[in-house]
Amino acid sequence: MILVWLIVIPFLGGLLCWQMERLGDRPTRSIALVTMLIELLISLWLWARLDFQLPALDGTATQWALEYQVAWIQRFGISFHLALDGLSLVLIALTAFLGVLAVLCSWNEIVRRIGFFHLNLLWILAGVTGVFLAIDLFLFFFFWELMLVPMYFLIALWGHSGSKGQTRIGAATKFFIYTQASGLLMLVSILGLVFAHHASTGEYSFSYQVLLNTTLSPTLSRWLMLGFFIAFAVKLPVVPLHGWLPDAHAQAPTAGSVDLAGILLKTAAYGMLRFALPLFPEASQEFAPIAMGLGLLGIYYGAVLACGQQNVKRFIAYTSIAHMGFVLIGIYSGSALALQGVVVLMLAHAFSAAGLFILSGQLYERLHTRELGKMGGLWNRLGSLPGFWLFFIAASLGIPVTANFVGEFMVLFGTFPTAPWVVVIASFGLVLAAIYSLILMQRVHYGPPSIKTPLKGLDIREFAMMLSIVALLIWLGVYPQPLLDTTEATMNEVYRLFEPSDTAITLTQEAR
Amino acid sequence: MPIAAALAYLPMILVAATAVAVMLGIAWRREHAVTVAVTVLGLGLALIAQAFAWRVIPVHTPLLDLDGLALLAGILILASTLACAILSHAYLESFHGAREEFYILLLCAATGGLVLAASSHLASLFIGLELLSMPLYGMLAYAFHEQRSLEAGIKYLILSAVASAFLLFGMALLYAQTGDLRLDVLMGSLSQNTGAWGLAGIGLMLVGLGFKLSVVPFHLWTPDVYEGGPGPATTFLATASKVAVFMLLLRLMLSTPVLQGEWLRGVLTGLALASMLVGNLLALTQSNLKRILGYSSVAHFGYLLIVLVVADGLAAETGGVYLITYVLSTLAAFGVVILISSTAGGEDAAGLHYYRGLFWRRPYLTAVLTVAMLSLAGIPATVGFIGKFYLIALGVEAQRWWLVGGIIVGSAIGLYYYLRVTITLFLAQPGMRRRDASDDWGTRAGGLLVLGLAGLVILLGLYPAPMIELAQTLSGIVGLKGS
Repeated sequence: MILVWLIVIPFLGGLLCWQMERLGDRPTRSIALVTMLIELLISLWLWARLDFQLPALDGTATQWALEYQVAWIQRFGISFHLALDGLSLVLIALTAFLGVLAVLCSWNEIVRRIGFFHLNLLWILAGVTGVFLAIDLFLFFFFWELMLVPMYFLIALWGHSGSKGQTRIGAATKFFIYTQASGLLMLVSILGLVFAHHASTGEYSFSYQVLLNTTLSPTLSRWLMLGFFIAFAVKLPVVPLHGWLPDAHAQAPTAGSVDLAGILLKTAAYGMLRFALPLFPEASQEFAPIAMGLGLLGIYYGAVLACGQQNVKRFIAYTSIAHMGFVLIGIYSGSALALQGVVVLMLAHAFSAAGLFILSGQLYERLHTRELGKMGGLWNRLGSLPGFWLFFIAASLGIPVTANFVGEFMVLFGTFPTAPWVVVIASFGLVLAAIYSLILMQRVHYGPPSIKTPLKGLDIREFAMMLSIVALLIWLGVYPQPLLDTTEATMNEVYRLFEPSDTAITLTQEAR
Repeated sequence: MPIAAALAYLPMILVAATAVAVMLGIAWRREHAVTVAVTVLGLGLALIAQAFAWRVIPVHTPLLDLDGLALLAGILILASTLACAILSHAYLESFHGAREEFYILLLCAATGGLVLAASSHLASLFIGLELLSMPLYGMLAYAFHEQRSLEAGIKYLILSAVASAFLLFGMALLYAQTGDLRLDVLMGSLSQNTGAWGLAGIGLMLVGLGFKLSVVPFHLWTPDVYEGGPGPATTFLATASKVAVFMLLLRLMLSTPVLQGEWLRGVLTGLALASMLVGNLLALTQSNLKRILGYSSVAHFGYLLIVLVVADGLAAETGGVYLITYVLSTLAAFGVVILISSTAGGEDAAGLHYYRGLFWRRPYLTAVLTVAMLSLAGIPATVGFIGKFYLIALGVEAQRWWLVGGIIVGSAIGLYYYLRVTITLFLAQPGMRRRDASDDWGTRAGGLLVLGLAGLVILLGLYPAPMIELAQTLSGIVGLKGS
């Protein structure tokens, strides 16, 4: 039942915010903040209380730490089935944490219609939580599509219209159409899987565990896998399908960018780990070289294009594409170590990208511009903001002591035995990461200042936000073991399904 | 048997009797509220009578076959007529001229729809179709002092007459080929020997019925008529009229193997794909909400044609579910348009600029329209998603990949204009001339109706089991068996 509350709390909090708008700004924001804090506390409490080390290696059944199921649409064997394991818990905690940050970072930025704004913000988080919890495929798709609607409103109503016809509504619509159309492809795949299962057993079921055991012909399995992959690849994004991302990021309000980069992109990686690989192991293995190639393409494409951007948020958006390239390589590497690295990298990217987006939001509040050309020489004018900026830049280029380093290292190290050349090429991508990161730092903060007057420094709220992200990044960078322990069972299960062999256990022993 | 037949006919009899009662009532005294009350009462009783009819179906009489699908069509037709009547009350309050006759036309058209959906004989098919169409000319041209309304009525009259001519010619050819007018006998002899005349006859009938469904390439009248006609008339045209025609086609396809030949499926597939794409593409540039809804209905019936192409397995159930979802969403959308248009005379407030920033003036009414738009777009948590889910499931099950691809592409294109309408509602309010619902809209019958419809769209979107069960049960009782 607690799982249902995890979804319901932000949902109700959103409604409450909408209605409480008449009381004024502060109560509305406080309600949203309290809602997300409750969500965060619940997920931390679950983390402390539950045991995620469940032995799932015998392969009889995937073990969930917590489960909730009621019948929903019996005609098709659809049930309202939520389940929690280490991976989902980590991502839910991340969602709640970034939710808190999203509320905090829009404290001064959003001044119009804050009630409706927080309604949308909290509903996105409710939808994402649903995505991370649902293990009925229909329910998963339901939440997958549902979270788009509030995100659309967030970008379209509170976004910024750039120059030259780049309107916020255009960006929002692009985002929605990309994801919805690819989502429908996934729906087709889900239905294909369900009907294949129906053909062999005579029963309709959308249950993850039931469908895991469906026997598929290689051709069919290839097509169905592709449907899932495309849906997730659009969201991740993988390079030929990334068209929506820079626009959406550039036009979205800060809270929207934080959610988008921090959580929504992670739903795609989660979907691959949870559904695409385990449901279609053979087809995914066949597809792995292509996927890794796409990952490499993403690393280079994102890095090269980032260097040429004039808008800070577009810049960060392209670096996200590069980072997600590493995630994609790790997911398809077929090694338990790399899969664990993917989890660390996902969290690390969520924190560092969110940090950079929040910082660029704070810059905008002071400079009223996002154009790199109008920045420069800010180091001495902004108090402690440039220091944080430097830290997140360093994190984003993967410097040791930050979680990004741990994640990238594990991904590359784990992938090396299976695909050495991919690792070699990807490692050169790290050099590009250093280049674009330093370009960004240079253009924003160094160089000759245009004016010398100091701007407002960080206030306590902003300072606390940044400090909390920094602390998390360093904690995960220095001591990631608690995180790895939490997700280990889940990732081993993914690994076992993806590559059924006896080496699974030994490899993870090494990983520990 | 006579009692069973009488029970099955009861809804039709009640609606026809209500039409007569309303006519006599008007002759005695013109009283708008009373007329509406009588209409609503009659339609409500007819809906209740459907529950009794349920007990006795299937009933086969020489002219009508009352099976499950006909019953489902009857429920949908009566419900949407009821909604139209309630909305007409709000709409016609400020109408200059005779208001009460509208309800006679509405009731006659509803009777026609009921007959058409249940017909098992070419004669009843034609009578039903004309009884459905004739009052619609009057309804569409009801505000005849408005140029557009008159234009819509005449346009529909002329094109509908052409379509009827096609239909009649097709019937004549079928009669020439088979020598019978009963649909089951006729289809039976066609399946033994289709013949050139038979093929031509089926093709011509398809043209006639395709016109009523406004399937591409017979859709040209749709946007103009939708735009010009008074709100309630357009609503009836978009819901009850199309439901009746579609259900007839569905019953024909399901019960006659000859219609499931590959050539006809090919034709229907082509029509379906064309409707999905053309309907959605043409809607992109429209700036009039009623025109958008017109094109959107073209696209939706394109999607629905998949049911006719497959005509097997889940098809009947899918048809039922999708029609329910379509009717609910369309009624909610038109309901808001009607409420916004109802305060002053003149043309309907259908231009999108009237709706700019509506949310900040009328949050709940906007919520209704938002829900309706999202439902038409097929977003989860609305009933439209369940319909789309069924259609894709049907396409995947029957492995009609072209059609599934068509739905995906069509939906992606469609999103653009549904979202455009939706976001318009929330944009900042400009200093434009505004049209608005009356302040007490939420407490009046029309307002309660649209709120209820939106609630139902959400509720059935979240918990569709009752709707699925209804469609599943009723679509199980199907077949032209002859008397």
